[in-house]
Amino acid sequence: MTDFVWLVIAFPLAGAVLLHFLGRRLGEPLAGIIGTLAAAAAFVVAFVAALPFIVEEGNHGETVMLWEWMPAIGANLEITWDPLAAVMALIVTGVGSLIHLFSVGYMHGDERFARFFTYLNLFLASMLTLVLGGNFAMVFLGWELVGLCSYLLISFWYTKPSAAAAGKKAFVVNRIGDFGFMVGLMLVFTNFGTLAFDGIFERVPEILDGSTATAIGLLFLVGAAGKSAQIPLYVWLPDAMEGPTPVSALIHAATMVTAGVYLVARSATIFAAGDAGIVVAVVGALTALWAASIAIAQSDIKRVLAYSTVSQLGYMFIAVGLGGYIAGIFHLMTHAFFKALLFLGSGSVIHGMHEEQDMNKMGGLLEKMPVTGVTMGIATLAIAGIPPLAGFWSKDEILGVAFEYGGVGIVLWVIGLVTALITAFYMTRQWFMVFTGEPRWEEGVDPHESPRSMTVPLIVLAVLSVGAGFLNTPFRLTLEHFLEPSFELVKVAHPPEGLGMFALLAAISVGAGIAGAAMAGFVYSRPREIWERFQGGFGGLWEAWQAAYRVDDLYGATIVTPGRKLSERMAFDFDAGGIDGFVNGVGRAVRSAGARTRVLQTGLVRNYGVGFVAGLLAVVIWLVIAGGGV
Amino acid sequence: MLTALILVPAVAAVVVMLLPSDRKELALPVGFALSFVPLAIAGYLFFEFETGVAGYQFTQKAVWYEPWGISWNLGVDGISLGLVALSVILIPIALAASTTITDRTKEFVVFTLLLEAGLIGSFLALDLFLFFVFFEAVLVPMYFIIGIWGSERRIYAAMKFFIFTAFGSAFLLASIVALSVFHNRQFGSPSFDLLELMSLDLTLDQSRWLFAGFGIAFAIKVPVFPLHTWLPDAHVQAPTAGSVLLAGVMLKLGTYGLLRFNLNLFPQAAVDAVPIIAGLAVIGIIYGAVVAIVQPDLKKLVAYSSVSHLGFIVLGTAALTSAGFQGAVIQNVNHGLTTGALFLLVGMIYERRHTKKIEDFGGLAKVMPIFAGLFLFTAFASIGLPGLNGFVGEFLVLIGSFPSIPVFATIAAFGVILAAIYLLWAYERVFTGIPDKPENQKLTDLNAREIGLMVPLVVLMLVLGLYPKILLDRTAASTEALLDRVEQATTYEVPEQGRLADVFAGEGDE
Repeated sequence: MTDFVWLVIAFPLAGAVLLHFLGRRLGEPLAGIIGTLAAAAAFVVAFVAALPFIVEEGNHGETVMLWEWMPAIGANLEITWDPLAAVMALIVTGVGSLIHLFSVGYMHGDERFARFFTYLNLFLASMLTLVLGGNFAMVFLGWELVGLCSYLLISFWYTKPSAAAAGKKAFVVNRIGDFGFMVGLMLVFTNFGTLAFDGIFERVPEILDGSTATAIGLLFLVGAAGKSAQIPLYVWLPDAMEGPTPVSALIHAATMVTAGVYLVARSATIFAAGDAGIVVAVVGALTALWAASIAIAQSDIKRVLAYSTVSQLGYMFIAVGLGGYIAGIFHLMTHAFFKALLFLGSGSVIHGMHEEQDMNKMGGLLEKMPVTGVTMGIATLAIAGIPPLAGFWSKDEILGVAFEYGGVGIVLWVIGLVTALITAFYMTRQWFMVFTGEPRWEEGVDPHESPRSMTVPLIVLAVLSVGAGFLNTPFRLTLEHFLEPSFELVKVAHPPEGLGMFALLAAISVGAGIAGAAMAGFVYSRPREIWERFQGGFGGLWEAWQAAYRVDDLYGATIVTPGRKLSERMAFDFDAGGIDGFVNGVGRAVRSAGARTRVLQTGLVRNYGVGFVAGLLAVVIWLVIAGGGV
Repeated sequence: MLTALILVPAVAAVVVMLLPSDRKELALPVGFALSFVPLAIAGYLFFEFETGVAGYQFTQKAVWYEPWGISWNLGVDGISLGLVALSVILIPIALAASTTITDRTKEFVVFTLLLEAGLIGSFLALDLFLFFVFFEAVLVPMYFIIGIWGSERRIYAAMKFFIFTAFGSAFLLASIVALSVFHNRQFGSPSFDLLELMSLDLTLDQSRWLFAGFGIAFAIKVPVFPLHTWLPDAHVQAPTAGSVLLAGVMLKLGTYGLLRFNLNLFPQAAVDAVPIIAGLAVIGIIYGAVVAIVQPDLKKLVAYSSVSHLGFIVLGTAALTSAGFQGAVIQNVNHGLTTGALFLLVGMIYERRHTKKIEDFGGLAKVMPIFAGLFLFTAFASIGLPGLNGFVGEFLVLIGSFPSIPVFATIAAFGVILAAIYLLWAYERVFTGIPDKPENQKLTDLNAREIGLMVPLVVLMLVLGLYPKILLDRTAASTEALLDRVEQATTYEVPEQGRLADVFAGEGDE
């Protein structure tokens, strides 16, 4: 019935192929428009294909086989089109289309304009492969391909060494996660004999014992922590900001980085059968707090958002780790809207400020860039959890799930609350530093509002950041009903029942959000000396936050440098010196022995032949005797 | 048909040799054109090959020397088909990549075509004596290709290559002859026929010794750690075509030999040796990759990456499962394509800059965007990016070896991280940044001929990455048969999930 759904992947893929070969000829802006249309077409197809889930209650969707890939391990190219896949596809193509449109303006004048849209289209196709894949191998296919696109797009401006290095770092760190994912897949295959969802999820209770399920879950967590930038593998994401800002919005905020959350949600039955879920939640909570604290002291407009993304992904991990799959996907969606908006807004600011990213050199931009300023303000309120904006509903659902879980959940709830306060603080700080106060622009900078193609996506995303929360409120659980068929096999965790409890918890978290926002507003709406005095009050702590706790240096000193030293030792001392030295030594010894026995060397091939045959015969006889056991 | 496949390149070599010596510019085009004949024959075989049939197809048998039981015995099955196809594809490419060879061109073409005949013969021979003849015959042209057209230390590298391999060959020949002697003892007549020798009744001791004899020869060829040090030297010194064929096809004689002979002839010894083989494979995977990371020379880096990638093939062989075998067989082909392509690319930049040192480059993507794009594409195929060919083989090997040898499989999976490190770091240093060295700023991008060389390889990497069915369909029956052979002849039991049938039936739990 929905077997046309492969078109969702095919449109952006075709766009990528077309732009790869003809992009240069099409030029600007045609290449960008074609790329945008390909994304939009995928959205339309996804929307049409999702209609049956709205119309028929309890529709599970179906698996559409495309062609055989590696049948020996149950890995074919096939699509599982169910409500979960549909939600993911709609987010990816919807936000993706807007970001494509934004890029038409943002990438204006870049000499590799068409190539940018090639990669962007390829990314969409890859991400859709990931979320639509009907078996783990196909998920892994998409998983790696989005990593490739991320690599290509982070190092898009490859003549800049820092950009090239950041792209490589992202890919390599992700590969560390992939190692875990792959071993997890091996374990899945060993137990189920297939990697196809159809042969796995329904059979989990019958086949997996608790400890195996836990092991698979933990290995998947390693993979998810890589892709979704969680402790300890989050370090690639801040560096990924070297890529063009639309890339940060699309890949490193709204879509790719949520793949880990999706993986856990998709594998819900496996997590439900073991104890890995709570570990996921704890990792998420620690990451949420850790990254939020770093975001407090960043002065680069994009780095604030990068750490904020790491932190928000932590929230999603709390949710899916505790079994709150709907809450996790809900937050994934609202976050996609307001974080994409924040990144695009920051792109608009950077664009208007002539590539300036340091917030210390901004200020007073609201007047010059009203649309950007207002829409970013809305997104700031949304992420701060101010009702009735989108972030409020989804964040509160997660906090409610943690509270209802009890025990450790209460600790996670408290961490979540503290993080909410910090989030509201650093986001408000950012908004005030950028848009209010005295201009601190460098000389010659003349800020201006961005063109229509850039502001329209901002406005659409602002509307979504305001309204998307109503998709799933305690009063009307639309998203929940939509997603239910995808989570039938597991018990989905929910916030406490009853509107009274809801109101109480909401009051506490909104209180935290307002407190954080008010504190930041109080400090950062005033002159710079005040902030500096405030920041100075934290002493060394502020510097630690600013330096991101020096985790990169730590990894450098403990892993990268020793690793390279080891590699050098192995290559030059052990391999070239040791093994090959031994080989050449043998060679020399033979030659000097040969010099002494030169008399035997008659130079006649016949004599050599006799010697060769005699020696061979000896070996044969010996083998026959020794082997024959005579 | 199969005989023709071996004879045509040999005849082509003779034709080239007979070309008038004052028209040496003809040698390369004529050789190139003639190399399409075996390509066409093999193409016909590939598509006429019956899928789902386990045994040898297109078999031909003629008595060669009856008193010793030697026969001209050829046949192709799923395990050798891909390698034959790989050989006939890489030969024309290697020839077309050798336009810079102006010295003694004729001899070069002749040796290359003889090499082709030898390689194909080795993959088709079902008579062990015949196999040995081809196995040795391959050595000579490669020795001269490295020794005559190589770089500065070519003689050293060629000698090293020759001595290492000949050392292994001595064990191989002795073991083959011993097998024949045993056959004479048991059945009253000597034989070198693979199928007949498989029915020999060997004591465990005998089969262990002989397994080791075959094993050493093949391990050197693969090469398996610590017998690998001839390989980087040979590659660094060899001309581009030599490297392409050496890594692309010749190393596969080793992995092919292990699958074809060691497992078929000495199943129990093989089963007992699994920990050793798998252990060496995993060492190769990790060691080759770690050593590759810091290599200052691009060709050496690719050479060590081969040690790592071939480790996966050996691991798949040791896995003794359906997916493991399939992965090993298909990885044979995949590695040939990607590594062959990498050596071609390195050759192209070497022809322009006369250096292969990574530090001499930088920012090349700016001046040679097509070259950079093709290099990156091939690098990702080699890294094992899903969607490209390298992934299919390595993933099947990893997934397939976990049910039987989980610890080795887990360590091997670590290799995927290292592959990303050595190739992407090399790419970063060679291609990104600003081209600040004047020699690099003047470089010209690939010409039509060079792009043409890469196109078939790129297309195959993509096709085999997304639609490996064309190959897997042809290998499945043979790998299953091999697994049956091992299982029936030994105490080994294929783990529950290591079998194709279980996958589809979804049963088998007690």
